[in-house]
Amino acid sequence: MSSIGPAPLVRRLTVVLALPVALVATWWFASAGSQSFYFPPLQTILQTFLKLWFSPQAVEKVAPSLARLAIGYLAAALLGIAIGVPVGASRNLRNVLEPVLEFLRAIPPPVLVPMLILFTGVGDEMKALVIVFGCIWPVLLNTVAGVRALDDVLAEVVRSYRIGGFARLWHFVLPGASPQIFAGLRQSLSIGIILMVVSEMFAASNGIGFALVQYQRTFAIPEMWAGIILLGVIGIVLSLIFRAIEAWILGWYYGLRRSQRAN
Amino acid sequence: MPAEAAKKTAKLSARTQAWLQGLAGLAGFALVLEIVPRVGLVSPLYLPPFSAIVAALFEETTRGTFWAALGATMRAWAIGFVISVVAGAVIGIVIGSSPLLRTLTRSTIEFLRPIPSVALIPLAVLLFGSQLQSTLILVVYASFWQVLIQVLYGVQDVDPVARETARSYGLGPWAQIRYVTWPTTLPYLMTGVRLAAAVSLILAITSEVVIGSQGLGKEISDTQSGGAVAIMYAYVIVTGIIGVILNLGARALERRVLAWHPSMRLDTVEAGG
Repeated sequence: MSSIGPAPLVRRLTVVLALPVALVATWWFASAGSQSFYFPPLQTILQTFLKLWFSPQAVEKVAPSLARLAIGYLAAALLGIAIGVPVGASRNLRNVLEPVLEFLRAIPPPVLVPMLILFTGVGDEMKALVIVFGCIWPVLLNTVAGVRALDDVLAEVVRSYRIGGFARLWHFVLPGASPQIFAGLRQSLSIGIILMVVSEMFAASNGIGFALVQYQRTFAIPEMWAGIILLGVIGIVLSLIFRAIEAWILGWYYGLRRSQRAN
Repeated sequence: MPAEAAKKTAKLSARTQAWLQGLAGLAGFALVLEIVPRVGLVSPLYLPPFSAIVAALFEETTRGTFWAALGATMRAWAIGFVISVVAGAVIGIVIGSSPLLRTLTRSTIEFLRPIPSVALIPLAVLLFGSQLQSTLILVVYASFWQVLIQVLYGVQDVDPVARETARSYGLGPWAQIRYVTWPTTLPYLMTGVRLAAAVSLILAITSEVVIGSQGLGKEISDTQSGGAVAIMYAYVIVTGIIGVILNLGARALERRVLAWHPSMRLDTVEAGG
């Protein structure tokens, strides 16, 4: 296992690629001569995909969506952690706020779209705010849980060494709660993508969700399929980026768990 | 004995205190929602006072449309949820039980899972319009993965020694699933069930808001565009209450189904101490 020669590498690649290749090939050949209006040949879809999304106009369609998602998601993450740390640290605050937070979290985020339109109209603020409001709860509640479950012994050690203030937060509280915080961030990411698309489908003049609805309403079927595939690719790429960041920041934690399991 | 009794009352009063504090929090939240529009921090046109929302809610509950919308949402939720859980559990156990299938399907599952289910909205609309099937496509696509992934983790978690023991005692494949795989997988499955319950509701409401399928989400977007703001908030609160009930229900189910499981026993010991 330690040295990966050419033969195992080929085998591993085969294992990874066999089913995806088989599925795509099935789609390709099954749809090759397709006369169905809704299910055009995969070849047509892919040609449309290349034409549509590897063009200068594609940036105009996709960039606003991703910018709104980035702003809303990062704001939600910062706010969620900033509020979650003090709430998690104080039992009284937690008791008072927990039912309210559980209720707010339980509201299905897409209903925020019509609600927030009342306040901000249909502009960029609405879409970014919808994402903030939808993404904040998983981060917040997981931060609360993570801070609450900090190691008692370590907390005593930190106190005995009179480590306080920012150093305590940065070296003890945040790292200790980070596995939980990341679990919340992961949930929030998929909610954020849903809200990015839904807010644009509901009311927008640009963005990928808007483009998708336009294609569907004008029966531009290959374009619609190309848009669906693009959204899928965006979802996959964002989750890969997330996982890379998580592996980088939580590397110590996974290492710890592995060594604990080995013992 | 007296010490134990004192401990018990102390625990009871701590729990009562937490309850009262939680109620105070909810009351405070309602109070803020009442005052903010009244003093003009936010226009009452956008956010009516809480009392007006509650009044609208009570009035809505006397109408047939409210109950029809509630019923439609819950029906879409229930059908989608059950399909996802059954399909996720069965496919997860089949794939998980075979190392070959597991390695072959891993990349495909990792690839398909992060695809946002809302990407399927245009396709669902073309095929089924605003019928129930559209909602079900979205709900099942989103919830199925939650269950499947958990079940796959669970099946992988089966103790190899237990598996080998079962095999040496001559247990057949069905008996192995029943007595070895299933008990280990159950806690993971219950986590998947809890996640799927919440995700199914989100997607059912999404479909109603965006596609206009029958249900609470459609009422929310209709009342919003019709300017009946208090009623809209009443419906938003109803969706939140449903969400809370589903969460609590899933957790209660989890506790009940897993009452025998060490993780739950540990939990009660900790809660008692």
